Order: sequence, then C-alpha cells, then structure tokens
Amino acid sequence: MLAILDYKAGNQTSVRRALDHLGIPCRITADPEVIESASGVIFPGVGAAGQAMDELTQTGLDTVIKAQVDAGKPLLGICVGCQILLDYSPENDTRALGIISGECAMFNRSLAEEDGSPIRVPHMGWNRLHKVRDCDILAGIEPEAEFYFVHSYYPVPSPEFVLAETFYGITFCSVHGRPGLWAVQFHPEKSGRPGLKLLANFNAYCREAAHAQ
Amino acid sequence: MLSKRVIPCLDVRNGRLTKGIKFKGNEDIGDPVETARIYYEQGADEIVFYDITASAEGRGIMLDVVERVAAQIFIPFSVGGGIATVEDMRAVLLAGAEKISVNSAAVKNPDIISQGAQAFGSQCVVVGMDVKQVPVSETIPSGYEVVIHGGRKPMGLDALDWAKTVEALGAGEICLNSIDADGTKDGYELTLTRLVSDSVGIPVIASGGAGNPEHMVAALTEGKASAALIASIVHYGEYTLPGIKEHLAGRGVKVRTVW
Repeated sequence: MLAILDYKAGNQTSVRRALDHLGIPCRITADPEVIESASGVIFPGVGAAGQAMDELTQTGLDTVIKAQVDAGKPLLGICVGCQILLDYSPENDTRALGIISGECAMFNRSLAEEDGSPIRVPHMGWNRLHKVRDCDILAGIEPEAEFYFVHSYYPVPSPEFVLAETFYGITFCSVHGRPGLWAVQFHPEKSGRPGLKLLANFNAYCREAAHAQ
Repeated sequence: MLSKRVIPCLDVRNGRLTKGIKFKGNEDIGDPVETARIYYEQGADEIVFYDITASAEGRGIMLDVVERVAAQIFIPFSVGGGIATVEDMRAVLLAGAEKISVNSAAVKNPDIISQGAQAFGSQCVVVGMDVKQVPVSETIPSGYEVVIHGGRKPMGLDALDWAKTVEALGAGEICLNSIDADGTKDGYELTLTRLVSDSVGIPVIASGGAGNPEHMVAALTEGKASAALIASIVHYGEYTLPGIKEHLAGRGVKVRTVW
C-alpha cells in the first residue's frame, strides 16, 4: 500500500485516481501510523511553497516525512512536493524541509525558447526529460516521452542529486533525488502512459524494498 | 522545449455530446466520457469540455461526467460553460478537472478571475474570450471587440485591453475564440491571435476556424499561439489526432509524438 500524503496543498485525488487505474492499493492519509505501515509515500502538491510548508508544519507532517525518509522509506515528491524537499524556496520566502540540499529559483521572463520566442510563465504543458543519471522510476520510459508541467519555480538541487533535466529557456532540473528518494517537477498523474509507467515503477521499487526488509 | 498543444473541444448538453462523434468504422458516439478516452488514447494533449446545459440539474450531470472522465484519462482537461462563482469552480475542480474556464461571467464580474486564482492557483483559471472584428474606434483601438452570448452582445471592451486585464487579475491562460472565424473552417484569425499572444505573457489557445492541420501550423507559428483548439475536423473523422500531430511535426512544429 502506498500512502498519499493528505494536506491542503495537494492534488491527492488526481494521484489516487491514477493509482486506482493501475490497480495499486493506496490511501490518502495524514495518519502517522498509516504512513509508517505503507511501503512507500507519495508527497503531492500544487499551489505555493509557503502555503504547502505551513500546512505541513501545522499538521506535524514535516517531522513525519523526515522520520520516514531517515528510516529508508521510499518517497516520491511531485511538483511543489518536489520543491519543498529542498532547503529553501524564494516563493513566499519559504524555509523548506531540507531533506535534499538545494534551493528553488523562478523562471526569468527574459529567457527565450529554442526558437527565440520569449518564454511564458508558468511553464505549462508537455516537455521532455534529458537523463543525467540512471534512475529506477524512469526505467522503460522512451527518451522522447513527454511529461506535463505546470510551475513558475524550479528546483536547483546540489549537482549530485540531479537525475534528469528539461529545457525551458534554461536547462533546469526536472527529476532529482537518489535511489529510494525521488522528486519530479512534472505531474506523472497527468502525463498519460509515460507518467503512469513512472508511478508503476515507483510502486515496484517500494514493493521490492518492503520485501527486502 | 515546450510542445505546442493540440486540444479537442467537446460540447456537452445534459451529459451527452451535442453532436455525435464519428470514429473509424463510422459509429456514432454521443458519450463524452468514451469520446474523451478515445482522444486521450489518440494523443490529445488536453481536452476541453464546454457545458452548454442551462439548468441546475444539468450541472449535477456534468459533475458526474467530469468524475468519470477523471477516472479514465490521465492528461489535463478543463471545463467551461456556466461557471460563475468560486463555488462552481471548486465543484468542477474537486470532481477532477485540472482547469476551469470562465467567459461571460468574467466580463460581467472580473473579480471572479482573481478570486479563482487566489483560491486554486492561476494554473487552474482559463479565461475564454469571444472576439469580433469591428471598425477601429476610440474605445476599440485594436479593431477587435470582446463579445458575449455567442457574439450577440458587444461589450465596448477592446480585446487587447481585456487580455492584459485578465492576465493582471491572475488568469493562467487565455482561450481566444474568433467569432468571425468560428465555424468557417477557413483558418484561425491569425492577426487577432498574434496581437493577443504578443500582448500577454501567459499562454494563448487559438480557437475558431480550424479546417485543416495547415491552419493549425499557422496559428502555432505565425499566430504565436501555445495551443490550438479543434472540434469538427476531428469529430467527423476528416482528420485524426495522430495524423494532425504528424503533419505539425513534419512542418517543424514541436509537438508531443509519444503517448
């Protein structure tokens, strides 16, 4: 069973619908006991970093997440959930979870696309990933596959955590983490078949990790 | 680089498509959920539902459609038509839509845009604009005027001013429909599309007039649109989504080709 973290800034139901479609048992929960008993945790998010972080601290989920990561529980952060795994976001001047070292930055509207046109912010729509390091959640996904992005800020983790990059006026990190701890800037639950494949890969990793224990 | 989006638009009344959709084999499908699923599988980048139901009862039926669509398609989709309050927006988003689209309601009450953006984020709020070409005047310096009620009511509002206003109020995207081009199949209104695209920093979806994939190429290059809305050219089997994508890619337009 995967736990989908329940907090006000989330897109939990979209993630749940995708997992239901894949036949992956899951629960939307804020209960620390349920989260502890899960084989993996999905940390969704839409909206602003400050609001998301406030919700996490008020509910105490911030310490739950950190404890689970310390205990080696697989975790997948999505969108804002990807950004606030880092130390800091300039969006609402937010001190974030600090699980992965790095910060966030905002797209600069003076940047240009590959065809010379100025970028529009938010970065909204389909874009590719360029793999930097092998990672389990991208296994079996075609290099030409595209994912659905909606964001104005992007993660800038320490270089050793960069797993894949995307170009939008600038080359930014779209997947970061390390084995068992992943963060994706796009929405796999809204990215068609390749997105569903990523979620299935994450679940497969969680099941194996649970069996190994 | 961001791909240009191809977005089929489905008109729904009382939970059924207003006109049957013909796919290969020529069967007539009136179910919006099944049609959305087929377009999803054929590579639509997003889907727009336009609910033309008037009654409150019909609204409940539409929410049920939205829930069933959300359980089956895993790309973003938006719902427009009759959304006038933040509560209307909340109901549609909770049912599983990614975005809601406001049109007449935003012209009558622009605060709905900022209220929606504050409550759910700009990315959720699409502003639909129906625009008609008029003689250049002091009130309409661009020669393009915003109209509502399917073009019957001019609003004394310049389209470029309105586009900038909705962006400032927090709209995440503009769906720009030319009343003059709509239904002609002679191509999108390129001048209007380019003028609006150049006036704002948010994405613009070109709508109205698509008769073939080459019209889409023009809207996405010359018109500088981020996405192209299509309806009858795919609904009646004249063109298919994969065929359209292939044409766009062949003409150098960056589109999503793996799905």
